Amino acid sequence: MKAALRMAAVTAGLLILWQAVVWATGAQPFILPGPPAVLAALASHSGLLLTHAGTTLAEILLGLGIGAVLGAFSALVIAHLRPARLWLLPVLVASQAVPVFAIAPVLVLWLGYGMASKVAMAVLIIFFPVTAAFYDGLSRTDPGWLDLARSMGASRWRQLLRLRIPAALPACASGLRVATAVAPIGAVVGEWVGASAGLGYLMLHANARMQVDLMFAALVVLAAMALILYFTVDRLLRLAVPWQVDTLWQEQEKEPVEP
Amino acid sequence: MGGTASDIEFAVDIRGAALSYGGAPLFDGLDIRLEAGLWTCLLGPSGVGKTSLLRLIAGLDGAAAGRVRTGPVAYMGQSDLLLPWANALENAVLGARLRGERPDFDRARRLLIEVGLGDAVRALPATLSGGERQRVALVRTLMEDRPVVLMDEPFSSLDAITRHAAQDLAARMLAGRSVLLVTHDPLEALRLGDRVHVMTGRPAALESQPVPDLAPPRDVRDPAVLAAQGELLARLAA
Repeated sequence: MKAALRMAAVTAGLLILWQAVVWATGAQPFILPGPPAVLAALASHSGLLLTHAGTTLAEILLGLGIGAVLGAFSALVIAHLRPARLWLLPVLVASQAVPVFAIAPVLVLWLGYGMASKVAMAVLIIFFPVTAAFYDGLSRTDPGWLDLARSMGASRWRQLLRLRIPAALPACASGLRVATAVAPIGAVVGEWVGASAGLGYLMLHANARMQVDLMFAALVVLAAMALILYFTVDRLLRLAVPWQVDTLWQEQEKEPVEP
Repeated sequence: MGGTASDIEFAVDIRGAALSYGGAPLFDGLDIRLEAGLWTCLLGPSGVGKTSLLRLIAGLDGAAAGRVRTGPVAYMGQSDLLLPWANALENAVLGARLRGERPDFDRARRLLIEVGLGDAVRALPATLSGGERQRVALVRTLMEDRPVVLMDEPFSSLDAITRHAAQDLAARMLAGRSVLLVTHDPLEALRLGDRVHVMTGRPAALESQPVPDLAPPRDVRDPAVLAAQGELLARLAA
């Protein structure tokens, strides 16, 4: 309840700031529409926005699902197989030197104007943070646990299954949070480069026809969608890794001890 | 093992073991025998190589030279090493899980009840006290059902009262097994040990210490135990 109030206060503050900028600069509505104009556009184009939002959301969710599975799988392969670690890890790191924005046109060329190219884009963006975080977690298992497992006669495979993977889940969750936050970028960039549906396409289209209020309305929908997605994933991850204690949120409630 | 009648049965037999740490030799030509069914306690200053010797017997590290003969061992480390995501029962059957065997939940439950954790079977480690966590670790060690048990300062993180109770419990639950207990605490060694060795020097050598002629776990109020503790402290401080 407190969190919801805080959220409302932040939103209201940003809206007031936004309107203040409009008043102070005297910007034309086709340069920077104020909140009321955008709200009106949201209402009058609600059907259109909803349709395109559905497309973008589907791209994001598909990208997130496929990217997370692929990322987790590659982290497991790298962690478990030494040759993969030697050969694949440098390739993965090097692959991140290529900006996804730069290969977006190629993906559209190969996979077409439909959803496939956008999903591929989202997968490419999501894949790496998940792999990096999960691999990091897998490689930092408490040596004491591994000693115990060896003294109990555990095979490497069972050590991975019973110790390394569960111990790495909090780290994997951090990677998934980052991935969720960047996933919309992949989908929207893909839509900018070439698409016939989606919020990115709608924004580009509206911008070209000087419907700046509609463009901002699409932006608001996109931001709201990204936020809801992030908080949902964050909540689910907290439920999935309940033993991970959040000391940062706890310390605020505890007063420093007087010396 | 032995051919003549005078031979005592040994659970662990180490001859001429050599091990170095960071280039410097920890020990060289070290001999130690653990008699079957007895508690052997190992005392000595930090960094002398007690833990290394234990890990050598556990098969976690290899020796540079020498021969290690031992039966199957169970290992209990300095911290309880409980898995935070698994409850007490699942932690107790970790060994079977790690070997892909069907866990004996009935036995684990019985042992948990026996160490006084009957109400905490489903509790996560974070909700247990240090003493309770150490008792779960003890049950996990017992579930391995190995003739040789190696313990590396298992009670060092407990407060004095809890440690005292944990020592009694371990002595009772591990009766009949061959135990090697590494400890910093002379009183702990004298309470529990049938044999007490002091490890000193670099490269380290072992020296056997006299123990009071009483059955462990010995009473801490016994004058013989207290006198031996004083002797041992003086020996360690020298």
